[in-house]
Amino acid sequence: MTPTDPAFDADEARRARNRRIEAVARWALPLAVVILTIIVWNWFSNSSATRGMIFPAPPKVWARFLADYGMLFTSLMVTLKITFMALAIAIIGGVALAILFTQSRFAELIFFPYAVILQVTPIVSIAPLIFIYVQDPLARVLICAWIVAFFPILSNTTLGLKSTDSNLRDLYAIYGATWWQKLLFLQLPSAMPYFLGGLRIAGGLALIGAIVAEYVAGISGSGSGLAFRILEASYRLNYPRMFAALIMIAIVGVIIFAATTFISWFFLRKWHESALRREV
Amino acid sequence: MTDLSHRPVLPQSQRPRLLEMAGISKVFNGSITALDGMNLTLNEGDFLSLLGPSGCGKSTALRLIAGLMRPTTGRIIWNGAQDRGDIGVVFQEPTLMPWATVAKNVWLPFRLRGQSFASVKDRIATALKLVGLENFHDAYPRELSGGMKMRVSIARAFVTNPRLILMDEPFAALDEITRQKLNDDLLALKDKIGCTVIFVTHSVFESVFLSDRIVVMAARPGRVVQELTVDAPYPRDMEFRTSPDYAAQTHVVSDALRIAIGDHSHDAH
Ligand SMILES: Nc1ncnc2c1ncn2[C@@H]1O[C@H](COP(=O)(O)OP(=O)(O)OP(=O)(O)O)[C@@H](O)[C@H]1O
Ligand SMILES: [Mg+2]
Repeated sequence: MTPTDPAFDADEARRARNRRIEAVARWALPLAVVILTIIVWNWFSNSSATRGMIFPAPPKVWARFLADYGMLFTSLMVTLKITFMALAIAIIGGVALAILFTQSRFAELIFFPYAVILQVTPIVSIAPLIFIYVQDPLARVLICAWIVAFFPILSNTTLGLKSTDSNLRDLYAIYGATWWQKLLFLQLPSAMPYFLGGLRIAGGLALIGAIVAEYVAGISGSGSGLAFRILEASYRLNYPRMFAALIMIAIVGVIIFAATTFISWFFLRKWHESALRREV
Repeated sequence: MTDLSHRPVLPQSQRPRLLEMAGISKVFNGSITALDGMNLTLNEGDFLSLLGPSGCGKSTALRLIAGLMRPTTGRIIWNGAQDRGDIGVVFQEPTLMPWATVAKNVWLPFRLRGQSFASVKDRIATALKLVGLENFHDAYPRELSGGMKMRVSIARAFVTNPRLILMDEPFAALDEITRQKLNDDLLALKDKIGCTVIFVTHSVFESVFLSDRIVVMAARPGRVVQELTVDAPYPRDMEFRTSPDYAAQTHVVSDALRIAIGDHSHDAH
């Protein structure tokens, strides 16, 4: 179609052009930024010999990554395992607690302050205590990651469970719905968009929690996750390996974000405003 | 059963009693008197409108009948046993579950009674056909217009073939054309099924067109001021809407409403 087409006015033509540009830009722009970053980074590293030592050039990092692939990958698996276990427990615990909160106002009044205290106290300051009280190496790291990840799930799901339409609640009452039916058919679906929003935040936080816990555990501590590899490499002045591990963590973070975003879209695509594309 | 069964509607004087509100009062927070000594007898087959200004307790009356709250004083006496599914409700908003398709929304009353979708599929299809949405089973509420959503809401209220349907200003948010069409369709639907309807409205014209009984209420405190009957026979259609009889009836009801609101300027001469 051409702009002279009477059914395709100037406004529509502009919109169509913007859509085409956006479709390309969506991929091209981030890619260009990444490439540019690598070029600048490479230039910076090679601009002086000492700089190149502590700020290794991309080819060096890549070579190190290939050389340490087996070890780094094993560490990645450790970090991922902790992240996903923590996220799973955060989901179960967060949703269960949210359901409890919405069923009993008293339960909320009693437990909510603790949830807030856990949330606002920086994990690095709680972690040393946890490491004193909990001996099991997996459990201690898991607890740290869980504390960081569960709050957004709890608070979002609680909000969601409470925001059911009051007329629908009346309707359920008139039809004599049981507690269980109300929860399953009304409250949980209403809470879904809120829960998924919490999940997107919690996914990233679980990774952060896992990494921080590994740092606090330190070289003597548990497992051998990616954070442990970074610490270890820093003691050995192995800067390329630090970079390789760091970039792996960043990529995992991006993948978790993309995955939770996809999950959110998948569950809401049929009905929720957030997942619907409007052609205006 | 694939068809919604028909209850015979007798002439007004011979209708058996469905329920009685005896001296119903409702006071909120110990100070706001939403309803004061309301007496009302509802008979099977009635199409009864509650007409009155904002705050006169119309919604409160419906909520009391629906069993969503208890009266402060007085009793609601049902004739015969009360079973869930005996009441269907339509609110001012369509009140659909946005995550469920049209058919799944209409399934709700059955689902809450533990009946599977497959076992009531035919009844859902019949109800949707009655409201003219036979081609929208799998649509989501967001894909429908305001009028269509309201039709789904009506189908959901009728699908269990309840004895009583409560409607709280169901068409107030719709445009005039959609509203008239839904009024016509509602009468046709009621005629087919023969249920009893309590219909809350602010509109004199709507109440006269739809009902055979009109209860005019006043506010502060909420109370019944007058009961009127509309004698025009059903079915009513466009012809009735333009008839002198209709105009005369609306005039009578308007006057009653004006007195209820407390505007006596027309009584002076
Ligand atoms: N849950 C409640 N708590 C306190 N006051 C209430 C409650 N529900 C209703 N009221 C009050 O009771 C009175 C009657 O309310 P109701 O909703 O029944 O009026 P209505 O006739 O339906 O009005 P409208 O036409 O505006 O819907 C109003 O003054 C209202 O403020
Ligand atoms: Mg009302």
